[in-house]
Amino acid sequence: MKWSKLGRIFDPREHDLPHNCREFAQSPQALVMSDRVRIYFSTRERDSVGKFLSHVAFVDFDTTMKNIINVSSRTVIELGGLGCFDEHGIFPINVVRDGERVLAYTTGWNRKVSVSADASIGLAISHDNGETFQKHGTGPVLTASLREPFLVADAFVALYGGRYHMWYIFGTKWKKFVESDPPDRVYKIAYATSQDGIHWQRDSRQIIADRLNADECQALPTVFVRDGTYHMYFCYRQAHGFRKQSSNAYRLGCACSTDLINWVRDDSKAGIDVSEDGWDSQMQCYPHVFQSGERIYMLYNGNEFGRFGFGLALLDD
Amino acid sequence: MFKWNKLGKIFDPREHKNESWMQEFAQSPSALICEKLVRVYFCSRPAPAPDGQYLSFLSYIDLDRKNLLKIVNICKAPILALGAYGAFDEFGTNPISVIRDQDEVRVYYAGWTRCQSVPFNAAIGLAISHDDGDTFTRLGEGPVLSYSPDEPFLIGSPRIRKYGGTWHLWYVAGKEWLKTEGKPEPVYKIRMASSEDGINWAKVGKDLLNSTLGQHECQACPDVIFHGGTYHMFFSYRSTHNYKSKEGGYRIGYASSTDMINWRRCDEMAGMCVSESGWDSEMVNYPNVFVLDGETYMLYQGNEMGRAGIGLAQLVSPQDWKGA
Repeated sequence: MKWSKLGRIFDPREHDLPHNCREFAQSPQALVMSDRVRIYFSTRERDSVGKFLSHVAFVDFDTTMKNIINVSSRTVIELGGLGCFDEHGIFPINVVRDGERVLAYTTGWNRKVSVSADASIGLAISHDNGETFQKHGTGPVLTASLREPFLVADAFVALYGGRYHMWYIFGTKWKKFVESDPPDRVYKIAYATSQDGIHWQRDSRQIIADRLNADECQALPTVFVRDGTYHMYFCYRQAHGFRKQSSNAYRLGCACSTDLINWVRDDSKAGIDVSEDGWDSQMQCYPHVFQSGERIYMLYNGNEFGRFGFGLALLDD
Repeated sequence: MFKWNKLGKIFDPREHKNESWMQEFAQSPSALICEKLVRVYFCSRPAPAPDGQYLSFLSYIDLDRKNLLKIVNICKAPILALGAYGAFDEFGTNPISVIRDQDEVRVYYAGWTRCQSVPFNAAIGLAISHDDGDTFTRLGEGPVLSYSPDEPFLIGSPRIRKYGGTWHLWYVAGKEWLKTEGKPEPVYKIRMASSEDGINWAKVGKDLLNSTLGQHECQACPDVIFHGGTYHMFFSYRSTHNYKSKEGGYRIGYASSTDMINWRRCDEMAGMCVSESGWDSEMVNYPNVFVLDGETYMLYQGNEMGRAGIGLAQLVSPQDWKGA
């Protein structure tokens, strides 16, 4: 595949976002409508103790993807209550149309002691075409289980053959690489299915082979169908030194499957990479592929995990 | 009303201070009947860290089967390691419930994790022993019963039973955290799940008992025993306020059911009250009822949530299990 970069299309510093969020527009996800493409993302505020809270916001583009016609001015999904899994942030969010409803699979964050935080996947449902969402309960639909001890996150859901399919990640370990630094997390991509979008069956198996090493971190899968084959994009990085050192930072990988079960990874076919310079020269992460009209687009974040916005690419062939 | 004859306190960890991990607390007693002895598992704590935080470890004592007031052995080290860094059970395994199943012994436990906005969270894990309950190894690094849309946090206080080849787990689920002047205080209620293998669970998804102390009543330790065609549940309940005092502290309640789902609560039936004075004069809680050689016994913890140890009571016979 070959992608043409259309550049950064949204910079959060240029807009007034709810909750006094000034920076970060992470993990863009598209909901295609007749007259616009709504792009949800997670942005951040500093709370009273100086720590980040991630909030969901959206921006509407016209169908040319060139003009912004609206930016959300109010809360899209409330954060969770005291002690709930999503009390300290929702990042990322994945939206999928299901008949008249729009389902949102959220990754909720809660701050812990020893490790910084844990994550679980929640469900929220919109009956007004993605304007507002109501949570399905105060707890998660997918959380830690026997073989997935923590950090259950990054859901991407698609409906194929009347079933709900979810690709997501789970943490496998916290590992200390440098004595003076706190341990780093390791997580892998996995797969679950469901008849109702609420109750999920999973086998807690890593489905995408490691490319770097056994401690490779894999995140944010996005899946689409083209010419009878399922294609997955995701991001991956080294487990340590990934924030400041570009060679260890997120890159985009890809895999393909004909049965939704077995995936063959071949990053050399990704057809997109970091730029020589500019906003996506140090890292590329959080890909999301969607179709609008006849075109297939990829949204993604660049340097500093999307602190300065997201960009768009168009599939050429 | 059940009539219990209190046999007194049988174990006080503070009298065995040579063990660093067993300085105080003997919580959540759970009996395993063996050929010559009754092993009582419980949760004990080392001295608190400088910040006042506790760990909790799985421990046991062995009682002479012919004389339950005689301790014949005390475990020499914790028999289940704490969970890994970042895991749900990193800071404690408490409460616990132990069951024998063919040639293995299983312990279901609430794993402790620590949080920032609230003091802690919990989920239920499983560890298995292949040496008749001497040591346990967790089945996996994660929990077997955790949070779901209507059970957002604090999944704990497990009691495991197996009836007719099906596993049943009574447990508690958190409802809300109440903001107070000090630390947030949780509210939790008794629930149930069933399983074919004891690993993959189907939750019933409703509170089993009504709340007699108002919506903020906390319910814990739903200990179920089957007798005479009826399921009998002894459990702990308390107020959200003043619960560390005699006034608001844990009491032992009772409910009965014929189908394990629908329960009729009747706390007056329990018959296990605080004493006039002594180690169980402020609270009685975390009951575990078991039958041994034709007699029915209750293990329980007393004041300060079991800081002062474990007691034993014997059901006076004959007993009218049908009750009032």
